[in-house]
Amino acid sequence: MSVDRREFVRVAGAAAVSLVAAPAVKLFGQPSEETAAAPQKIVSTGKPDSLTAERWAMVVDLKKCAEHDGCTKCIDACHDLHNVPEFGNPKDEIKWVWKESFHHAFHDQEMDYVSEELKHRPTLLLCNHCDNPACVRVCPTKATWKREDGIVMMDWHRCIGCRYCIVACPYGSRSFNYRDPRPFVEKVNGEFPTRMRGVVEKCTFCEERLVKGQLPACVEACEAGALVFGDLEDPESEVRALLHERFAIRRKPSLGTQPEVYYLV
Amino acid sequence: MYDAGKIIPGLLIFLLLITFPVWYNAAMGKAQYRPDPVILTADDPGRDSCVLPAGRMATEHMDLLNNWRERVVREGERYETTFDGRDIEMSLNRACMDCHSNKTGFCDQCHTYLSVDPYCWECHVEPAEVPALELEGGEL
Repeated sequence: MSVDRREFVRVAGAAAVSLVAAPAVKLFGQPSEETAAAPQKIVSTGKPDSLTAERWAMVVDLKKCAEHDGCTKCIDACHDLHNVPEFGNPKDEIKWVWKESFHHAFHDQEMDYVSEELKHRPTLLLCNHCDNPACVRVCPTKATWKREDGIVMMDWHRCIGCRYCIVACPYGSRSFNYRDPRPFVEKVNGEFPTRMRGVVEKCTFCEERLVKGQLPACVEACEAGALVFGDLEDPESEVRALLHERFAIRRKPSLGTQPEVYYLV
Repeated sequence: MYDAGKIIPGLLIFLLLITFPVWYNAAMGKAQYRPDPVILTADDPGRDSCVLPAGRMATEHMDLLNNWRERVVREGERYETTFDGRDIEMSLNRACMDCHSNKTGFCDQCHTYLSVDPYCWECHVEPAEVPALELEGGEL
């Protein structure tokens, strides 16, 4: 039987394909018999010693904080833990927790005749984890949302970097990664991801620590006891006791965002 | 056909040239290359089980990781029971890469071969690679 040209080309082509494809098929096709096995049961177990609450909130005692002027332990603890980059210029700045003078943080208080000390008292600012968060309302991908325990979470996998949330947030709590942050993280903590370029980030009340039964890093780092973290819905909690005893203010309450970081002046 | 004597050899030469990478790699033995993911387990060299049986991990790990990501970040769950009954944390860094501690020797083997480029490590930090010789029982 003679082989015509067409037949020859067809056979030669098939031979070439099989020569190259065989090892790949062999390698990636092997687990077929295991795949056919019974579906795996997925059992999830919550760790028993995680901290839970109906409504997480923070109380900042500005008086205690001011006694340690220049202290940045909470900021350092947070930024080291969460791989927050340091770009060295205010345009690219990323911040989760930071300090601002009192009259800047509370400019709507119209305090013309208060003491200079109060006016310039360092005030710790962070995400307020609002009850009615404007950022969540505007996020088109649900990359940021309010959890049942009140924490306004970020899913960096889902953030598309549109920055609507930055515009919506009245507290400036959100920062945008204009550049790849990894090279600007001084000492990368392998336990926590860095972010990538084009992603918004902010404080998450250390939900990754709460689930392991630890308080937020800033609260733990504060030796002055100026930061108190707890359940607002629990009448026995320390935050409720403080708010009962002393007069507390919140930032820009008139906007209706219901911020959940309280300041004792 | 006019000019069959020129066209057909021309076509054959064209075919030969356009399939050159195939012939060349076959001739050089590169077509026989298969990725060889090596597990260098830093902490527990004896462990031979994963979240699912190894075969299923090879084909389903991307879905499993997507599922973990959803449950950890959005549902707040943290722990998973493996098919052989161990409780592990759902974490790329702390669970997966505790055992598969060598990204270049394990993950990249197949990913490079298949030309897939997962962006996990643009944010998640892979552990520092330990040279194989420093690990007991590690072979490369």
